[in-house]
Amino acid sequence: MEILVYGTINSVMLALYALGFAMVYGVSRLPNFAHGALYVLSGFITWSFLNSLGLNYLLSIVLAILATGIIGALIYQFVLIRVRGMEISEIMASYAIGLAILEGLRYGGFKGMTYTLPAFISGSTEIAGVPVDYQRVLVVVIGIAVVALLWLFTRYTRIGLALRGMAQDERAAMMLGIDSDLMAVTAMGFGSMLAALAAILVLPLGNIVVESGYNILILAIAVCVVGGLGSWMGAVLAAFLIGFAQILTVVYLGSHFQMVVALLAIILTLIIKPSGLFGRQKELEERV
Amino acid sequence: MTIPSEQQRKERIDRGIKVRCDSIYAMMSHRELSYLALPRLILIAGMLILPLVVPSMYWQRVFTISCIYALLAISFDFLAHYVGLVSLGGAFFVGIGGYLAAMANTSLGLSPWLTVPLATLVGGGLCTLLLLPCLPLRGVYFAIVSLMYPLFLARVIEALDILGGTDGIMGIDSFSNRWVEQYFIICILLLILFGVRRLVNMDIGLVLRGVKDNDQAIRASGISVTFYKSVAVFLASAMGCLSGACLVHIYMWSGISLFALDFSIIPIAATVIGGSGTLVGPLLGCLILVPISELLRDFGTLRIVFYALILVAFIIFRSEGLMVYGQRKYHQFERWIKF
Repeated sequence: MEILVYGTINSVMLALYALGFAMVYGVSRLPNFAHGALYVLSGFITWSFLNSLGLNYLLSIVLAILATGIIGALIYQFVLIRVRGMEISEIMASYAIGLAILEGLRYGGFKGMTYTLPAFISGSTEIAGVPVDYQRVLVVVIGIAVVALLWLFTRYTRIGLALRGMAQDERAAMMLGIDSDLMAVTAMGFGSMLAALAAILVLPLGNIVVESGYNILILAIAVCVVGGLGSWMGAVLAAFLIGFAQILTVVYLGSHFQMVVALLAIILTLIIKPSGLFGRQKELEERV
Repeated sequence: MTIPSEQQRKERIDRGIKVRCDSIYAMMSHRELSYLALPRLILIAGMLILPLVVPSMYWQRVFTISCIYALLAISFDFLAHYVGLVSLGGAFFVGIGGYLAAMANTSLGLSPWLTVPLATLVGGGLCTLLLLPCLPLRGVYFAIVSLMYPLFLARVIEALDILGGTDGIMGIDSFSNRWVEQYFIICILLLILFGVRRLVNMDIGLVLRGVKDNDQAIRASGISVTFYKSVAVFLASAMGCLSGACLVHIYMWSGISLFALDFSIIPIAATVIGGSGTLVGPLLGCLILVPISELLRDFGTLRIVFYALILVAFIIFRSEGLMVYGQRKYHQFERWIKF
């Protein structure tokens, strides 16, 4: 029972980490290696709004999500758009930006001291005999809501449909009058906002540490690769797969193996079925 | 970009001497011979003299480390621009080579002169074997999987507490003295540099570039793509393992930090800055970047920020790199023409 409850929580957290990455990759084929950095950055922005400016918690959350979205969009508009389509330059540039953000935060005094965000609702409850604090319940509820909203967004709004069109066939989308660059910037903005949302939901459970940026990036890549790069629903299913696998290994082998599972999942998936579990259309393209 | 008042554009023309040197007539005169040989001789002489003129032992060590990074950078450049496999896993090669050399030295008691070649060959084979299933992957997929290998191995060593766990393996022999260490690495580096330059112009180099540009055509010619890719990976990973083995003997220590991202990122940064696809460029890039990063050591993690920003700037504004720029200036002259 414990495995079931905590597996679900872990899976939803993984899905939250990965959705932003999956969205950016799906729309503009950009493996956004700055994803983890944006995640940590939004945590620090929220903390600064809350403690340095003394804003209300809800207001600072909303502002932080917007600010991260804008930062993401600016990074794309001014840097990454110039290397669009050159895969290696994209990886290098986005990774370097992520590195600059993370190490800049570390230099800027965010070290030594522990930075924590308060939980939305403190206290805990019991689900089927397993004690769970309210923040974790909230993560699951909001996480499921985000996935549902995203599904509605990509099917029933103009921007969402345009993004989906870009993801399916960029040329056809451009022929139908969709501005490909603008959509790529939008996707990066939304992707960063999703990273920020994940950060704000998950970070109250622990400290804000710079190192977690790298782990989040690996986890996001793991989920997206297993689910099939570019497939959003695949990412959600893969999150559950990896989430439960992680919890099982933690219970039976020890907590050291948590990251090993994610890394092994990436390597095995790419070796056995590089298009992932649910990405079908690109299988021939990626293999010789 | 400013447009000159009249309708002008810049025209680049090959120097006459360059055109003559392209053919066998280069052997006809001293002037042309020296035109071809001079840049190479400057490089070789510079590399051999530099350790003698640097001010202190500390900078000598920095120069040695730069050479080790240069080996990795050449391996990356070769794999990325002549075979089309972009490997972000330089640390994987360093780690395998380093741990093999460390084990051979501490458990079997072999001297560095045996462990380095052993680690190079065995490590190259091991890396090739481990990467073999990933060879059909291309582009971003190979990049991601190669980035994950070193992280995975580091976590496994940490989790299982094998090979010294987080403490690493200590008590490894060093080279007999620092001059031997220095010149051994410089000679190896120069040999490999010119060797790889020769290799990519031989028949096998042609096949490898064919694999990069159009692997279906290679397969249609009845040549095994996987075989040539694995040969290339063996060469590149052997270079990486060699640098790892040297590093272990210099530091007299081998640990998880051999799998650190530094060994994957700095060589790539050096390649981008030095000029990708030139093979000399990465060496030049390392000789610039590694000392700069030592100078900035006082600034702590800010140097990584600085580093990353330089890298982004180069990728975006000067993606050709210093060496390509230099070669253009050497071989061509420019003039404004009206049209």
